[in-house]
Amino acid sequence: MRNVNRTPLSDQQFDEIIGGLLRYGVTLAAGVVLAGGIWYLMQHGTAAPAYHIFRAEPEYLRHLRGIVSGIPGFHARRVIQLGLLLLIATPVARVAFSVWAFFQLRDRTYVAITLFVLVVLLFSLFSGRV
Amino acid sequence: MNVLELSALVGLISVAAGFLGALTGLGGGVVITPAMVLLLGIDLHYAMGAALVSVIATSSGAAAAYVREGFSNIRIGMFLEIATTLGAVCGALAASRISPGVLGVIFGGVLLHAAYVSLRGHPELPPGREDDRLATGLRLNGSYPTPQGPESYKVIHVKTGFGLMFVAGALSGLLGIGSGALKVLAMDRAMRIPFKVSTTTSNFMIGVTAAASAGVYLSRGFIDPGLSMPVMLGVLSGSLLGARMLPGAPTVILRRVFAAVVFTLAVEMIYNGVAGRL
Repeated sequence: MRNVNRTPLSDQQFDEIIGGLLRYGVTLAAGVVLAGGIWYLMQHGTAAPAYHIFRAEPEYLRHLRGIVSGIPGFHARRVIQLGLLLLIATPVARVAFSVWAFFQLRDRTYVAITLFVLVVLLFSLFSGRV
Repeated sequence: MNVLELSALVGLISVAAGFLGALTGLGGGVVITPAMVLLLGIDLHYAMGAALVSVIATSSGAAAAYVREGFSNIRIGMFLEIATTLGAVCGALAASRISPGVLGVIFGGVLLHAAYVSLRGHPELPPGREDDRLATGLRLNGSYPTPQGPESYKVIHVKTGFGLMFVAGALSGLLGIGSGALKVLAMDRAMRIPFKVSTTTSNFMIGVTAAASAGVYLSRGFIDPGLSMPVMLGVLSGSLLGARMLPGAPTVILRRVFAAVVFTLAVEMIYNGVAGRL
């Protein structure tokens, strides 16, 4: 963080934004996972678990659109999965913010480096279609 | 055993792992997967998916606390993330093609290394003195606060560090772990970055690396919400609790206990992997 002191943002502001982003991201994700988890255990708590053999998750739990489409009905497993997606999005948002911060610094090398990392992350997130 | 009982059991294991991980500074992610696989008979891929998610949670939670202290070097982190994220995507893509037995043996090897690191401790290496052209060009050299005022450091062996980071990322994607020990090895041993800067920058990178694997895991169906829920919530609360109790904790004894647990899990993973029971 010490290196980013030529921005319009001061070091401290930069650190506070990143710290806040991470804290709120994790808290929000944990809250959504907890809410979905309680609902899931109330509905399926007495069922028999089936984690001994790997059968890949159903299609609707594997990509953004499938997960989001279950939210209006408060489908428990999709609500948990949404919370996990929020958690995965937190470091991605941090990298996106760094792209912007290096752009403010007019540091072309690091804009390119952070953009590259962001593209790899987005490629991974959307590799299973949107 | 029904879903409720299994969730409670997985949650308890995760709290313990997160707690020990925070107290020893080695991260709990690496012990959760073998514990779930060996003790509860959960499939390796589901266990890896759940552990990977918990790694993101602890990394982001811890980084939020460290970021104010000014130890982490954002340029080193960002530059090395090119290597770790590319490695992670390759590792994650490979994970669905490699048989569980082979994954188990690799996992055992990583656990053996973690046990060794936690026992050996950290003899301080002399910092880099000469100028590395890449490090200067990328402005990786920096300074960090000490009680005697800011202390500057020079980064060396950038190419070696970058290569090691690709391996760290690949293992992270292959096994669903943070591979913090290997990241610190690359920065602290090879690039001669001061230990405090290495550990905090590594923590900053773990979340981003794990996020690169997580997209692939999600689309391959490794991430089960019912199993990931107790793991994520358990590890997160365990590590927060551990971080709070860290001042005054008997770290030397804890590291020995942790090393013994990890060593046992390593032997079991390798044995079960070779015996084809994973």
